Amino acid sequence: MRKMSENPYVPYPSEILQIIRHTDKEYTFRMRFTGEVRPGQFFEVSVPRYGEAPISVSGIGRDYVDLTIRRVGRVTSEVFEKGEGTSLLLRGPYGNGFDTSLYENGEVIVIAGGTGVSPVRGVIDALAGTKDARDKHVIVGFRSPSDMLFRDDLKRWDQALDLILTVDGAPEGYTGNIGLVTKYIPDVPIRDVKKARAVVVGPPPMMRFSVMGLLQKGFEEENIWVSQERKMCCGLGKCGHCRIGQTYVCLDGPVFNYTESKNMLD
Amino acid sequence: MGYVLSQDSFTRVLGKIGLDRRLYAPVNKVGEGRYTDVDVVRYDFISEAAEIEMEKKSDYAFKELLTPLSETLFFFTENEVKEADYDQREVLVFLRACDLHAVKRLDAIYLENGRFPDPFYKRIRDRVKFVLIGCGHSYEDCFCVSMGTNVAPEGYLFSVDLQDGSYYIDVKDQDLAPLFAAEAEAEQEVMARHVTENEVKVSVPADVPLAVYKDPLWDEYTARCINCGRCNFVCPTCTCYTMQDVFYTDNGKVGERRRVGASCMVDGYTNVAGGGQYRRTNGERMRFKVLHKIVDFRKRFGYDMCVGCGRCDQVCPEYISYANIINKVKKAAEGGAANA
Ligand code: SF4
Ligand code: SF4
Ligand code: FES
Repeated sequence: MRKMSENPYVPYPSEILQIIRHTDKEYTFRMRFTGEVRPGQFFEVSVPRYGEAPISVSGIGRDYVDLTIRRVGRVTSEVFEKGEGTSLLLRGPYGNGFDTSLYENGEVIVIAGGTGVSPVRGVIDALAGTKDARDKHVIVGFRSPSDMLFRDDLKRWDQALDLILTVDGAPEGYTGNIGLVTKYIPDVPIRDVKKARAVVVGPPPMMRFSVMGLLQKGFEEENIWVSQERKMCCGLGKCGHCRIGQTYVCLDGPVFNYTESKNMLD
Repeated sequence: MGYVLSQDSFTRVLGKIGLDRRLYAPVNKVGEGRYTDVDVVRYDFISEAAEIEMEKKSDYAFKELLTPLSETLFFFTENEVKEADYDQREVLVFLRACDLHAVKRLDAIYLENGRFPDPFYKRIRDRVKFVLIGCGHSYEDCFCVSMGTNVAPEGYLFSVDLQDGSYYIDVKDQDLAPLFAAEAEAEQEVMARHVTENEVKVSVPADVPLAVYKDPLWDEYTARCINCGRCNFVCPTCTCYTMQDVFYTDNGKVGERRRVGASCMVDGYTNVAGGGQYRRTNGERMRFKVLHKIVDFRKRFGYDMCVGCGRCDQVCPEYISYANIINKVKKAAEGGAANA
């Protein structure tokens, strides 16, 4: 293998150890990686000729990271052509990621929508492993039952903590929850709402309404964290695309405390 | 030390300086402007004093040398990534005070922001030295005095002013002094000229409340601006780029990754995979650009990004005055009606 370049723009090859197919459009690629990485950080995945795409880390192991990729653009469609044993070019990890130790004690709600589950998967796993896991509440929403990601994890989480799984809509006969994630926020049993913490990740409108719901419920602004999605071309603080005001999402984020993110106007 | 040189003797000095360096200076390109029969002043490599445009302000900045419009980062073959070669010679860039201040802004983004200095920028930057062109008078649209960039910062090898056919040189780099001394008609005290007043004046607000981001003052530009991006491309402090892969062969096995200059005014700048887009209107984009230049950059680095060169006003096909916008923002920030 080529030796790793000193140049942060030059990607390194990483072997695809396993491909986990969630839906037609969403696969998790388990990539060989050793090094420090946190949930919520991202890698730039490149396919020569098609370019690069920022992909958040959806799982971390001793010698791998999981990248859950949605087939939506030129680069990601090309990634789907790859098989196990071949390799992808990576740069990263970039960004701050989640500090999971912040959510280990006390009452916590994680609200995630669609591919927004990827960056918080590691956070939810950490919650599931805590002693007071019954105080950990997770609301996960997908568009429909066939859009569900991480089905095995959902089963595991359902055993370990308080999981509310919902879909925006479903074919007739579906027996699970139907409705937006925001519908379930008021009913989550929180004893001490002034101290409870929350993490919200998903499409921008879903995050906006979920944060509103939490504030209405009595959550303190400084106890809410969100992860922002932006066009991230370089991940290095140079290309400018991810900037909002004085903030570079690729450097200072993508995870922000709500007291900061509420002042970030596009 | 100061020297006065004729054009021929200055050319001879440049010949010696240029033996192991490239010289990059504003050049008047006859008839190459935006309209036929209009000249444009843009940067190019030169070898003689007469080629340097000493009177007119350059329409485009020097920045293409440091941040090329399109730059190859590396080449791909089927199983290899190879970094692109580059010209290793030193470059001497002739520029005015505002542009020398702009270099500090480019350095801030490319060298200081983030965890790594940008290696492609750094390898060129390490080889660049500057020559200051003095300003005998202010030009249309300049507002350097308001921005505090009318006096050049330290960091140039020598300055040059053309007055009545003679080149007045103030040498800061003592290694170069003998070259000038050998050709000089006279040795005397020389000071690079600078302007102390511009016709255009702006007043940058000390702080801009969030309400100004939502102020209706931006709506006017949704209607007027045609998001052509020219204001970004002429700006000496705009640094944004987009990555682009290019392949030479049909089978796609050999190619290169480039970065190309990007404009925050142009469609697609914020597009994320799957169709998300931020700042759809040109008014919002104008707000994003202007507030970066006079507020947001300062919050991160401690000084304003804009150096008041006025090129964006000059190039805009819709006659949008950025200097006016700054003054409107100031009013809005202080709670007055922006359009009053
Ligand atoms: S040059 Fe003028 S019209 Fe073009 S993007 Fe800039 S402000 Fe808009
Ligand atoms: S914003 Fe306009 S005036 Fe300011 S440095 Fe850029 S081009 Fe010059
Ligand atoms: S992604 Fe390029 S500056 Fe943040």
